[in-house]
Amino acid sequence: MKKKFIAGCLAAFSLAVLLSGCQGQASGEGTTGANKNDSSETGSDELYVYNWGEYIDEEVITQFEEETGIRVIYDWFETNEEMYPIIEAGAVSYDVVCPSDYMIQKMVENGLLAEINFDNVPNVSQIDPAYLDMSKAFDPENKFSVPYCWGTVGILYNTKRLGELGVAPPSKWEDLWDERLSGEILMQDSVRDAFMVALKKNGFSMNSEDSSELEQAKQDLIRQKPLVQAYVIDQVRDKMIGGEAAVGVIYSGEMLYIQEEVANLGLDYKLEYVLPEEGTNLWLDSWVIPKNAKNKENAEKWIDFLCRPEIAKANFEYITYPTPNKGAFDLLDSDLQNNKSVFPDMDSLTNCEVFRYLGDETEEIYNDLWKEVKSN
Amino acid sequence: MSKKLLAGPYLVWMAGFIIIPLGLIIYYGLTDRDGLFTIANVASIATPEHRKALWLSLWLSLVSTAICLALAYPLAMILRNRGVGRGSFIVFIFILPMWMNFLLRTMAWQTLLEKNGVLNGILSFLHLPNQSLINTAGAIILGMVYNFLPFMVLPIYNVLSKIDDDIIHAARDLGANSMQILVQIWLPLSVPGIISGITMVFVPALTTFVISNLLGGSKILLIGNVIEQEFTRAGNWHMGSGLSLVLMIFILISMAVIAKYDKNGEGSAF
Repeated sequence: MKKKFIAGCLAAFSLAVLLSGCQGQASGEGTTGANKNDSSETGSDELYVYNWGEYIDEEVITQFEEETGIRVIYDWFETNEEMYPIIEAGAVSYDVVCPSDYMIQKMVENGLLAEINFDNVPNVSQIDPAYLDMSKAFDPENKFSVPYCWGTVGILYNTKRLGELGVAPPSKWEDLWDERLSGEILMQDSVRDAFMVALKKNGFSMNSEDSSELEQAKQDLIRQKPLVQAYVIDQVRDKMIGGEAAVGVIYSGEMLYIQEEVANLGLDYKLEYVLPEEGTNLWLDSWVIPKNAKNKENAEKWIDFLCRPEIAKANFEYITYPTPNKGAFDLLDSDLQNNKSVFPDMDSLTNCEVFRYLGDETEEIYNDLWKEVKSN
Repeated sequence: MSKKLLAGPYLVWMAGFIIIPLGLIIYYGLTDRDGLFTIANVASIATPEHRKALWLSLWLSLVSTAICLALAYPLAMILRNRGVGRGSFIVFIFILPMWMNFLLRTMAWQTLLEKNGVLNGILSFLHLPNQSLINTAGAIILGMVYNFLPFMVLPIYNVLSKIDDDIIHAARDLGANSMQILVQIWLPLSVPGIISGITMVFVPALTTFVISNLLGGSKILLIGNVIEQEFTRAGNWHMGSGLSLVLMIFILISMAVIAKYDKNGEGSAF
């Protein structure tokens, strides 16, 4: 009997190990298709895609492969900063990559990107011109990038918890310095996002290079630190759903998931999203083609495929980050179209900015200031 | 000849995964962005932020090493005295969690310690005051102790299990009391295991960044976090490598200590 019990325990444990092993792999770099090395010389039937994790409906990849006969080798990255040196070194020559605004600018400035031949991407007409305008902040002639997802950064708050604390719902960044929220604030754990909050609060540009403005932002962040429960990135979502904190700085794209999850779990509190009055970060992730891409035409086919309204809709439903694709937007239910936390009104975005790449030296200043905040 | 052939794969392994990467770190650590020689990256350890992070890391890893030692020595004693059969089963139980990914186990602690976490759920059910350990230095120490305790237990257990019972019996026959046996027999004979355990806990604790990120809420900056940030966020591989070189000094010191006290490799864990 005892032996059986032990054997059972062992089986359970090894299963757990196996499962956790699989999970670890799934959250790392994923490749679909076979071994990378057996590529043909011409490379005309393959496509190396480098995208954010959980940033595409996997069905879409299969559909693309079936339709075009191109084999997709799909890798994931977690931050723009992690992606950049890989493209720069060119150890793996990716054909199509999906970085964010300021990183695209950095790649353009350092000559890492190829111009897209838009004759091969007719579906670019489906992209709302408003977003192409927005792209001009980092790609002035719209030559290098095709928008894929966009969104804002705002404050997520727990109505019940705020009620218990006797604090009114936040409406501006300034509210994140309210002493009554001590230990109830989740901040973003990335330099630019954290400084965006402090700079915008003081009415400065989030692309500021002025040392006194940055110094003031640093002081504010240090002042705020005792109130902050934790600096996190993706965990804001789960912590807020779990009722861990009263307010959190979050990317708008998570809202749809959060609202569904709160409804599914039957929670006794509501999570609401607000765009701070002072303005915020308006971000865009766009597809670009690196200069050293071996399969540029396939990459253009890929981009064109993703711009198709039905495909963009499928991706939107999976990713839940707002799509810049007008065709896909028109296909959505009117409920979704009118969901202001997912698709905010354009006029509410007047104070918003798009991140710009500020050059290595300024980035270093930001990093040093952030380190001072963190070590304080 | 055939022996050399057999050694081939290991040489390739060592060159490819140890020597070349180490050489790269030294190269990056001693150059700037333009590839010119500089010691600024290494010297940057003297900036207030880096110094503070380093001291905090040293302090936290010292505390957790001390706690590990205090917990592990009695445990290793118990394991040894249990004899082969039952003792090894307990050792097995002890190693079992190590089969699970270290990251997952640390994340589990996050769920346990959270404000609305499992532990507080149990505490409120029992009408006990809630704990608020998460995102503090205490949580980081807890995480370090939990993760690295087996590395302290195993080398000490290995050394203790090799001590002959007859030595203890002889001491007792000669009139030594339990305290004297502990201080004059057990401890001196187990020094290699203790030293090996200390370095095996201290070095990873000193360099960790995952535990402080997950359990410290990124509010507490350890030197490991600084280095990780330089590589993944700031994209400054030169400074990251320079600071790694500084940390390597501590690792070399602990290796030297091991070499001094554990000449026969008795205290190695596996």
